[in-house]
Amino acid sequence: MATINKSAAQLRATIVGNKLVGQYHQILISVGDLVDKCKPGNFVAISVGGDSSKMILRRAFAISRVTHSNSFGGTMELIVAPHGQGSKWLCAQPEGAVIDLVAPLGSAFGIPTEPVQVLLVGGGYGSAPLFGLAEVLKDRGCKVDMLLGASTAGKIYAPMEGKRSVNSLRIYTEDGSMGIAGKVTDPIPELISDLDVAVIYSCGPMGMLAAISAITADKDVVHQCAVEESMACGIGICMTCVLPVRNEDNSISMLRSCIDGPVMDGSNVMWDLVGKNPTVTQ
Amino acid sequence: MTAVDFSTTFSNAWFPTPVFTASGCASSGKELAQFFPLKDIGAVVTKSIMNKARLGRATPRMAETPSGMLNSIGLQGPGIDTFIEKDIPWLVEQKARIIVSIAGETIEEYSTLARKLRSVSGISAIEVNISCPNVENRGLVFACDPEASRKVIDGVRRTIGGELPIIAKLSPDVTDIVTIARGVVDAGADGLALINTVLGMVINLSTMRPHLGGKTGGLSGPAIRPIAVRAIYQVHAAIPNIPILGMGGVTSGRDAFEMILAGASAVSVGTASFGNPMAIPHIQEELKSLLEEKGFKQIKDAIGYAQRSDEHHE
Repeated sequence: MATINKSAAQLRATIVGNKLVGQYHQILISVGDLVDKCKPGNFVAISVGGDSSKMILRRAFAISRVTHSNSFGGTMELIVAPHGQGSKWLCAQPEGAVIDLVAPLGSAFGIPTEPVQVLLVGGGYGSAPLFGLAEVLKDRGCKVDMLLGASTAGKIYAPMEGKRSVNSLRIYTEDGSMGIAGKVTDPIPELISDLDVAVIYSCGPMGMLAAISAITADKDVVHQCAVEESMACGIGICMTCVLPVRNEDNSISMLRSCIDGPVMDGSNVMWDLVGKNPTVTQ
Repeated sequence: MTAVDFSTTFSNAWFPTPVFTASGCASSGKELAQFFPLKDIGAVVTKSIMNKARLGRATPRMAETPSGMLNSIGLQGPGIDTFIEKDIPWLVEQKARIIVSIAGETIEEYSTLARKLRSVSGISAIEVNISCPNVENRGLVFACDPEASRKVIDGVRRTIGGELPIIAKLSPDVTDIVTIARGVVDAGADGLALINTVLGMVINLSTMRPHLGGKTGGLSGPAIRPIAVRAIYQVHAAIPNIPILGMGGVTSGRDAFEMILAGASAVSVGTASFGNPMAIPHIQEELKSLLEEKGFKQIKDAIGYAQRSDEHHE
């Protein structure tokens, strides 16, 4: 019957793990069979602040990984930066706390049917869902190389176990405090030709996604990016998280990043018009 | 405990329950259908539709505020023709009661929309949104001007004939909402939707500029509920025979009951669905229990009960 949000369910779920990894919290939530519906790229919307909270909106988090564990059944992993009031509340929840969540939401990364060369590019904690994606791509026979970048070392999220799924991992920091000094996008043009990259998967700040789209514009590379725009509902009814996207006939649509995204084809997003009024700018 | 008669009416339109979606907070229903059957609630009030497709305002389009949020969408939508072709048949298939909300930039646009809707089957009523705050020119908010409000409703009434009930959606951002309400009722409105969002602004402390792309936005959520209750109470006191669709921060059965006591014949739930996709069915169940608990046999007996004269106090 439903045509939108058709894998989504609302449930009360228990936090079974919450530990600090660098500047981020790695939060594990027991969600049972729901893990079977979660794909890399999907996100979860979580109620924050408790029943009497003045925070009335859910917070959206990328699902970084789902696993089946013997002790907790199906678990969902989130990597959360305690920046705003809502994410701070979530990061302060102890093991055993019960939270209200809606998942899985949004589009997923498309997986190539052929075992091709792919490049994964993550900015900050945007790298989190890329490790789960890397496992799926590797199982498909793809060769997976990864670039991670951030302004400084503390903002790099690169778990040891995640490195197993990738052929190579290079880290870039703008202040040079970890890995190579520079921007994560710097080596992409060269890598595309050296490795014969077929697909780039990216997740991170909008500026980084726009820069990758500019690089791939004149190349035969598919760019699947997970976008980030502030949203009120996560299920397609509030119309706040829209992005200007070019249609086949060159007209523009304002697509919701919650249901038409978060994973979008970077070549269709009109990055120059983000935050502008396309009716005027056209 | 006997079952409460939960049904309510707006002119000739009958609804099995008094809890509806709020226009602009449920799109055209497809997104919420995963969470509950749309036929189980009173009605789906669809997002205000204009004559032509519209992209809406620039992002950021929302800012959360204490117990509320600002939105600045700017009536993004597919336009009436696509809406009639794609969304109405789907809603009919779901067996949902449908209230179509329309918005225009000119008095003529409202009449055009009414003409296109007149022959569409499956619609229970039309909500005429004359109070969207997210337009470029505040002068376009018809509901801030008694004469403009009357003209819009008059045009829709003449076009639509006596077939479909008209519900006029009003703004609380006026000096005297009763004057506006009387005007649109005189012009032919069968019901009133109270209230649209309240105009607000948030300044971003990083950029030190207005946070929203459209600078101003509409405040919704529990923060505005007392304003809505006041508006419903005032208008029901002045025009008791006109049904009111109450809205503004309804999040629980308690809030819905409060609006009915103030004078609403039904309530719309908007922002609460953003925080909880199951909000509407939950509110509906809670409201039913509350009515039973308070000994009301039918919803009609509770409408405006807060306005009864002192001699009825126990």
